[in-house]
Amino acid sequence: MELTADLRGRVDDLFCDYAYCIDDDNPEIWPDFFTDDGLYEVTTKEADQRKLPMAIMRCKGMGQIRDRITALRKANIFEDHHYTHIISRPRLTANGDGSVHARTSIVVYRTMHDGKQERFVVATYDDEIVEQGGVLKFKKRRVVLDSRRVDVLLVYPI
Amino acid sequence: MPDTIAPPSAPSSFHLSEPLHWPAEGATRVPYRVYHDPEILRLEHERIFRGPVWNYLCMSIEIPEKGDFKTTFVGEIPVIVTHNRDGQIYAMVNRCAHKGALVCLTERGNKQRLSCVYHSWNYDLTGQLRGVAFQDGLRGKGGMPDDFDLKKHRLEPLRVAVYNGIVFGTFSDEAPDLETYLGPMVCETIKRNFSRPHKIIGYHSQIIYNNWKLYAENVRDSYHATLLHTFYTTFKINRLDMDGGMILADPIPWHSLSYAKRATIQEDEGYKEVRSAQFDENALQGPELLESFHEFDDNITHMIQSNFPNLTFQFTLNSLAVRHFVPKGPGKTELHWYYIGYEDDTPEQEEMRINQGNLTGAAGYVSLEDGCINEFVQRGSHFSEDANEFLEMGGKTAETSEGSRATETSIRGFWTGYRQIMGFND
Repeated sequence: MELTADLRGRVDDLFCDYAYCIDDDNPEIWPDFFTDDGLYEVTTKEADQRKLPMAIMRCKGMGQIRDRITALRKANIFEDHHYTHIISRPRLTANGDGSVHARTSIVVYRTMHDGKQERFVVATYDDEIVEQGGVLKFKKRRVVLDSRRVDVLLVYPI
Repeated sequence: MPDTIAPPSAPSSFHLSEPLHWPAEGATRVPYRVYHDPEILRLEHERIFRGPVWNYLCMSIEIPEKGDFKTTFVGEIPVIVTHNRDGQIYAMVNRCAHKGALVCLTERGNKQRLSCVYHSWNYDLTGQLRGVAFQDGLRGKGGMPDDFDLKKHRLEPLRVAVYNGIVFGTFSDEAPDLETYLGPMVCETIKRNFSRPHKIIGYHSQIIYNNWKLYAENVRDSYHATLLHTFYTTFKINRLDMDGGMILADPIPWHSLSYAKRATIQEDEGYKEVRSAQFDENALQGPELLESFHEFDDNITHMIQSNFPNLTFQFTLNSLAVRHFVPKGPGKTELHWYYIGYEDDTPEQEEMRINQGNLTGAAGYVSLEDGCINEFVQRGSHFSEDANEFLEMGGKTAETSEGSRATETSIRGFWTGYRQIMGFND
């Protein structure tokens, strides 16, 4: 893909749609943002620097990506809360294989059911984006948290 | 090791402004005050963390080279662990002998000397003071008095002992030797899991808003594990209808091991009534998450081994983790998750350990609930300091329970040891 103004606009739309599906409590469509062999990971800057291979959350392939949503809906116990994603402008780089790399800074606020509200995460998206059937999808979305500390728990994807 | 731990023989420097009277029912009751009262946390530092216990410091693989150091906490006391030039591991309080500033400001690194940035007091890696800036003053003026002696100043030391790569430290001369303190059950478990060359494959921490002892209870609570955590039960990773048991340390039952053998399940009708087993078993679309390989001849596929005061080893399927839960005030704890692989793992084995890592940690399918469940107790018990927990599942004693894990015996074991060391005997 060439880094045209049109592509930049489509990447912006992808990022907004992705964030709003989580923020609006509609995670059922979250898997649709990934390719079938897609990778989703939440890890930390420290783990990256120390080259530790294990993430905090990792879904490899569509099956595991869907399981995260099934589990949060049906299995896991946690207090009701929602996120608000604030996303910076992505810096795009064209890869030789036709995919696009994007680096983006984000802040996620978390609002609890009782009104408690705080900054939950400061992080960087490290993405590989491909086009499939005219639709942009994540072949890889790595969320690299600035802090190695997770506040309480992480159940909804970021 | 004596059958009981006497409260410190020296007169205590600190007393609770209101004495704590433990309920007559003993370790089957826990007054909620112990989770909230800052004075109790202060007393715990004197009697437990600075007392005759061995505290977890780090793994020796974290400081493999001479000059390597790592900082950690014993209770809330900041501590430096070093790999000295003589090949030995030393530990000392991270508090300059001059003005009390932190000496090491990073969590890990490699240094020849430890130097305080405030006034350049220099220490060797054993914590001994080696030099003081402007000791003789400038132009014949100022400087330390003539009787100043470098040898009389050092970073406050801890005694260190290492067992199969796990580094422990104690402030107390009264602590028995490490292996006696841990006892045969803990030693065997550590040997099983850590005697092979191992490496860290993952690390993060989790801030949980509860007293550290609520997490110490939580990891000993085999009763809750299969009720709260749907994932365990549905995918038959850990259920009470598998062969398993709880082994408590002897004579003080404050360390414990809970284990299960996945191949031995005989499904109990009781689980059909349980919310946590209602998840559709066929719902997992990425079942490779749970792929595992046979690793130990004892056939144990799930173990939680907890040590007084604040250390747990977990081995679920092939996922080995060290959990170190560090108090940050009475109502807050930092839970550190260190994930371990072995040096001779094949790429496929490492991949399985990494996949299974999704079960635990701050986002763990199984363990994420523990991030909030202890907080529910912390919040639920606010200003109910005269009320008590009720812990009679499986009886009223604290002893090994072979065959059944539908019991709170291990929690009673924790409180039995806690009461003794804290002197809360009535």
